[in-house]
Amino acid sequence: MKRVMKHRLFWPVVALVSLILINTVARSQFASITVRDDRLYGALIDILRQSAPLMLVSLGMTIVIATRGIDLSVGAVMAVSGAVALTIIDDATDPNSLGTVLVAVGAAVLVSLLLGGWNGFLVAALGIQPIIATLVLMLAGRGVALLITEGFITTVNSTPFSFISTGYVLLLPFAFFIWLAVVAAVGVIERRTALGVLTEAVGINPEASRLAGVRSRGIIWSAYAASAVLAGIAGVIYASNIRAADANAAGQFIELYAILAVVLGGTSLMGGKFSIAGTVVGVLIIQTLESTVLFLGVPSAQSPVFFAIVVVVVVIIQSPSLHRVVRNVFRGTRSGGTGEPTSDVEAAR
Amino acid sequence: MPADNEVSPIVAMRGITISFPGVLALDDVNFFLRPGEVHSLMGENGAGKSTLIKALTGVYAIDSGSIDVTGTSQVFRGTSDAEAAGISTVYQEINLCTNLSVGENVMLGHEPRKGGRIDWKAVHRMAAAHLESLGISVDTRSLLSNHSIAIQQLVAISRAMVLDAKVLVLDEPTSSLDRGEVEQLFTVIRDLRDKGAAILFVSHFLDQVYEISDRITVLRNGKLVGEYRVKDLPREDLVNKMIGRVLDDLEAIASTSARVIDRSETPILNVTDVGRRGVLEPADLSVFDGEIVGIAGLLGSGRTELVRLLYGADRADSGNIEVGGTAVKMTSPRQAIDHRIAFSSEDRRAEGIVSDLTVAENIVLGLQARKGFRRINPSKQESVVAEYMAALDVRPADPNMIAGNLSGGNQQKVLIARWLATAPELLILDEPTRGIDVGTKAELQRKVAELSEKGLSVIFISSELEEVLRLAQRVVVMRDRKCIGELDSQRLELDDLIDFIANQGTGSAA
Repeated sequence: MKRVMKHRLFWPVVALVSLILINTVARSQFASITVRDDRLYGALIDILRQSAPLMLVSLGMTIVIATRGIDLSVGAVMAVSGAVALTIIDDATDPNSLGTVLVAVGAAVLVSLLLGGWNGFLVAALGIQPIIATLVLMLAGRGVALLITEGFITTVNSTPFSFISTGYVLLLPFAFFIWLAVVAAVGVIERRTALGVLTEAVGINPEASRLAGVRSRGIIWSAYAASAVLAGIAGVIYASNIRAADANAAGQFIELYAILAVVLGGTSLMGGKFSIAGTVVGVLIIQTLESTVLFLGVPSAQSPVFFAIVVVVVVIIQSPSLHRVVRNVFRGTRSGGTGEPTSDVEAAR
Repeated sequence: MPADNEVSPIVAMRGITISFPGVLALDDVNFFLRPGEVHSLMGENGAGKSTLIKALTGVYAIDSGSIDVTGTSQVFRGTSDAEAAGISTVYQEINLCTNLSVGENVMLGHEPRKGGRIDWKAVHRMAAAHLESLGISVDTRSLLSNHSIAIQQLVAISRAMVLDAKVLVLDEPTSSLDRGEVEQLFTVIRDLRDKGAAILFVSHFLDQVYEISDRITVLRNGKLVGEYRVKDLPREDLVNKMIGRVLDDLEAIASTSARVIDRSETPILNVTDVGRRGVLEPADLSVFDGEIVGIAGLLGSGRTELVRLLYGADRADSGNIEVGGTAVKMTSPRQAIDHRIAFSSEDRRAEGIVSDLTVAENIVLGLQARKGFRRINPSKQESVVAEYMAALDVRPADPNMIAGNLSGGNQQKVLIARWLATAPELLILDEPTRGIDVGTKAELQRKVAELSEKGLSVIFISSELEEVLRLAQRVVVMRDRKCIGELDSQRLELDDLIDFIANQGTGSAA
């Protein structure tokens, strides 16, 4: 039990499970899943489907944060990516052809990669502080998106394109498989190669890493590129969901939710050690919370307040200082107790 | 146990026990500090000195035991509790805000106010006064980061004095100071002691301990060995108590300085006129196969600057570098590493150890960086890590321990292991023995000697000239950011070297 509690995913998972339990207690059909037309339906399935954009963005954010950076431009990249994809489909003679959609998605991801390259250039090559460097694109990106769509909200009717977000495969939403595949890919790339540990080394101690011969510039660059590519895919999924490229609404505030997801998942904003599984749990917590707001029928005017309160509670549940206080209370009752350093952070100093 | 009881202690720590996961860092330790005394805490790396200090200064909570300050029992929940009780600390690694001015640092948290606003004029006036009493005159409005480590250390000490502390804890305050600065500090310490302050002093320099202390407490492996008056404890006894075995290690190291080096072949590294404006005047240096070249000079003489330039850590703006007879460009550490040059920085914490990674990850970092993204296969990694942890005797011998939790000496071993694992032909060691206990120091020196006998070339920088003389076959002397000479260390006496450093060339003391 103690080993389980020490695991760094313990508290995030506790928060996620309690959220689901609270919902189920409030209205029992929350947890129910039904099969209709070879598809699973239910609030939990919706969460899996709807979490795709935030999941992708948060994964990228995790890598960037691990390098001691931050990427504020992800929402704007989503907008650009959606605009590129929809403009291509809109201009195509046959919006329903699979080829058109593939070209559109490919182009959107490529443009995102360029944007990520720009961010990486500012941070890694010019040494601009990440928050400022990515702020540039955060502010300019939506303008670029509007330029691409010529100021309109481009809408399309394309069956293959809609499938990305609303289609089902093997009973489950296609979007779920997308993020599952991306999580697996990121996991393999970071943990099966040395990229993950080198990224952490750069994030923890950039100078020591440089002197040890780590190509930190390339690693930082690749983190921003990855973040933008993932945001680009997220932008495609978002656009597919609403069948439109809305340069202003696409990915609005998503950078903040992504940062929240990363932190809820136990990755420090100070960089270094990161947890992909933690980010997955963090995103699911946020998405479950979004559903809770809808499901419990919180009036829309009050929903941000409700959301904020729950987030505060979740963060408090995970706080090491609270754990220490609780432990001390317990220790007081069983005199003596086992000695532990006040916290890992302090012990490391 | 105290030899006399005429002065009652101002700090009494009794039965202190602290454990970390898997380690009993302190085991039932008693420690007493008396007013008007300088008390040295001695022990090898990992003996529990730092832990005891951190318990006293409120960084760590104690698991059992009691701390009394001026007769009242205290429970420290944080450093501010300890400060409020009158205990001020200057840590080994300087904990100041380098992005603030000198004056702001000295007065941080205690700024004089006028009408609710900080009176900046008074801040700088008072800071200047505090610094003045340490005999330092610097512009208090200048950025702290623009000053040398030595000045930063003195600023940290004057900051502790601002708090008007009854107890001053100095953890390795002299490790970055040159001789004159140490004298300056000791004058201040004696002055504070005579005014009735209790001073806890930790240093690895035995000379300094004997020069300044009135009393010594020795710890070993987390346990108290004893408390002694300095006059009752000869050095050999102290070292024996610290190490727990009779040891003449430092004497026993076979001196390698007399080894004959074949200098007829092409040098492994040949540097001509390498310099950088404002940092280092153009300097020459050559290192031959299996040779240990020492660089001697005071702090700030350009020793570190020279090796950083030839390692590519900083860019040189003049000169040529030849590796094995071929001219090369050295614009980044990567290039140096590709030419089989390794550099272990003097600043372990900022430029060496990656503190949140494990010992194993730290050791393979250099190897992994050279290999690129393809991961070293786990069984090979395991064997490399095991090999070098054993070779350098890293303790505790747990490859999965977080490197930041190791003691300073063991962190140094991990760094040397990192470089040896990359199989370098030239190893640059910048102050590898700073802040390390006698036993580990001897171990490291023996290791360097052994490696050089197997053909590794070494550039060895140390403030401890005995060390340089014992190991190096040739000594390059630097002063005021330039090379002032090169000496054959075989017939070189310590006093001659000191004299050379101080007087050669200019005829005046540096």
